[in-house]
Amino acid sequence: MRKGPLGRILGEHPVGTAFVTPYVVFLAAVFAYPLGFAVYMSFHDYFFAAPGAIVERPFVGFDNYVTVLSDPAVRRAFGNVLVFLVINVPLTVVLSLVLANALNAAIRWRTFFRVSYYVPYVTASVAVVGVWLFLFNSNGLVNSVLGPLAPDPSWLVNSSLAMPTVAVYVTWKQLGFFILLYLAALQNVSKDLYEAAAMDGAGRWKSFLNVTVPGVRPATTLVVLVATVTGANLFTEPYLLTGGGGPDGASASPVLIMYQRGIEQGNPDIGSAIGVLLVIGVLLLALIERRFVGREEE
Amino acid sequence: MKLQAGLLAVVLAGSLAACGSGGDGAGDADAAAQARGPITIWYSNNAEEVAWGKQMVAAWNAEHADQKITAQEIPTGKSSEEVIGAAITAGNAPCLIFNTSPASVSQFQKQGGLVPLDASYIEERSGDVAQQYKSADGKYYQLPWKSNPVMIFYNKKAFAKAGITNPSLTTYDDFLAAARKVVAAKAAKFAIYPAPSNEFFQSWFDFYPLYAAETGGKQLVADGKATFASDEGKKVAEFWRTMYAEKLASQEKYTGDAFVDGTAAMAVVGPWAIATYKGKVDWGVVPVPTSSGKPASEVHTFSDAKNVAMYSACKNRGTAADVLKFATSKDQDGKFLAATGQMPLRKDVASTYADYFAKNPDYKTFADQASRTVEVPNVPNSITIWQTFRDAYSKSVIFGQEDVGAALDGAAQKIDQLAKQS
Repeated sequence: MRKGPLGRILGEHPVGTAFVTPYVVFLAAVFAYPLGFAVYMSFHDYFFAAPGAIVERPFVGFDNYVTVLSDPAVRRAFGNVLVFLVINVPLTVVLSLVLANALNAAIRWRTFFRVSYYVPYVTASVAVVGVWLFLFNSNGLVNSVLGPLAPDPSWLVNSSLAMPTVAVYVTWKQLGFFILLYLAALQNVSKDLYEAAAMDGAGRWKSFLNVTVPGVRPATTLVVLVATVTGANLFTEPYLLTGGGGPDGASASPVLIMYQRGIEQGNPDIGSAIGVLLVIGVLLLALIERRFVGREEE
Repeated sequence: MKLQAGLLAVVLAGSLAACGSGGDGAGDADAAAQARGPITIWYSNNAEEVAWGKQMVAAWNAEHADQKITAQEIPTGKSSEEVIGAAITAGNAPCLIFNTSPASVSQFQKQGGLVPLDASYIEERSGDVAQQYKSADGKYYQLPWKSNPVMIFYNKKAFAKAGITNPSLTTYDDFLAAARKVVAAKAAKFAIYPAPSNEFFQSWFDFYPLYAAETGGKQLVADGKATFASDEGKKVAEFWRTMYAEKLASQEKYTGDAFVDGTAAMAVVGPWAIATYKGKVDWGVVPVPTSSGKPASEVHTFSDAKNVAMYSACKNRGTAADVLKFATSKDQDGKFLAATGQMPLRKDVASTYADYFAKNPDYKTFADQASRTVEVPNVPNSITIWQTFRDAYSKSVIFGQEDVGAALDGAAQKIDQLAKQS
């Protein structure tokens, strides 16, 4: 039967198309259009103006990118986030897998522990940061316990330790979410495999390495990618924990700098250029990670 | 998600601007300037200012049934400057905002968000102080409204514990000696605790008041050039460097009010804080120190002012101009002073409201200081300039990772470039 124009648009399964349409519209409006517009801004001398204000926003080619790449604060922020990811991502994978494995076992107070790990994830950063400051400021609990071994300058005002401290904090705060992903994945690992491993004489450790780890590989791929993407978008934690990226920018992240330049200082063109570079960087990193972590899956 | 959220915020605001380009916006400016009718205003969200705002609006509305004011507290955001910037872009800023930061005026002006005001009224009300608020084109886009001249508050009990009953804090040497005694006696963990964080505005409460005092009232940028990489600027920076190096001030962010908590024996703050300290700290107040110990009557300081501006989204600008004058009249300024303790930016505040100061002697010192205040420079890229300065100050003074002189010289070169741009 010959289809009309509407039929051609709706395709073979019009009901399915109708279901998908709202999400496609959402994606276009909330992700695709803004991303495209950010790219546009990054190639123009762009600033926000009142409706009706007559302003010029000329095309400037790569000028904004040159400005961004020649700014030591931006370069340092990208370096900082790499340090963050090198600490945060492996730590997240290892801790969440080990803890999920423990919480999957038949232990007493299992629900209590599961909730305990999840609570920091759902608690507002502002509230949790207060606890962390109590722990890690120079008079905090950690330094009291360490005594003469406490670092000087202290954790959050130490150029070498500020970003690692932020990375550990974020790992701790988000652990509950990643444990949940692994707990879901663990339900899909066949019990037969564990029984077979036991029959072959494998202990708990060998069983974990040879059955659990390969069994949850798809979840590991997801955890690595999600941790990378959320980590690269780090903002709240350095802003609240280290007073805007201190000391001397040692904990500044690209998104923090993007916010300073784009919103605070009224240069959205520069902010957009940082954002576009960050998107490109994260995509490249995600591709590399997918190639290595997800290769057996393929 | 934070990246997407950040990009989204940037882009949505931008797209709104794009949508609005070419439209007629607030309509014909001349017609709007004469138009009368209902208007909206925003005021600050601290309890004392809200109380003043409500009575001012009620007093106006009682007399102007056809030109009513609808008022609200400024919407919550990370800072009022960002909220206002977004409102300008979206075209929904109110007619008047009684909380406009002078540091943001050049940016709002560039955005096309502000309306020039009546210069003669401003100069008549504020006198010579008004000149600091004039924009590069010679017009006023802000009415200098109120200041909070910052001074040194000290905790009398902490000082007494250190054996200091009548502190002399006029020179850097005096100040350092007192600070060392207070900390050595464990009267407080730190002598003073300015926020060591890296936000652009933090220098207004450590470096800038002392710089204003040391230079006899110089702004950070004058005639398009940075002024701070001078001997005076370096003396101020070295003074603070000593405070941090000797751990008399802290490099760490503090959550709470270190002065109220007793963690610090001194604070650099304006008269707005007096209400906060009531019943909590037995305080005294002195001007900020200078290297040579200038007499109090010659000491300048940072104004910490907030002003009133009229926004281009306003359609009934005739009414807005009338409300602006009504809300900053002698009568309303007196009510504002009584409600908040903040100083109206008028000529001769002390004599105009002599009765108030007779009944509230705590505030008289601030009224005297209010005649010698220095504002942030009204120049293009103002916030970028302050951030550039803060980065250099933070690195060299707070964290001691660079020579103070070299850091200020480097920042001055960058700021000279920024000040030249439009």
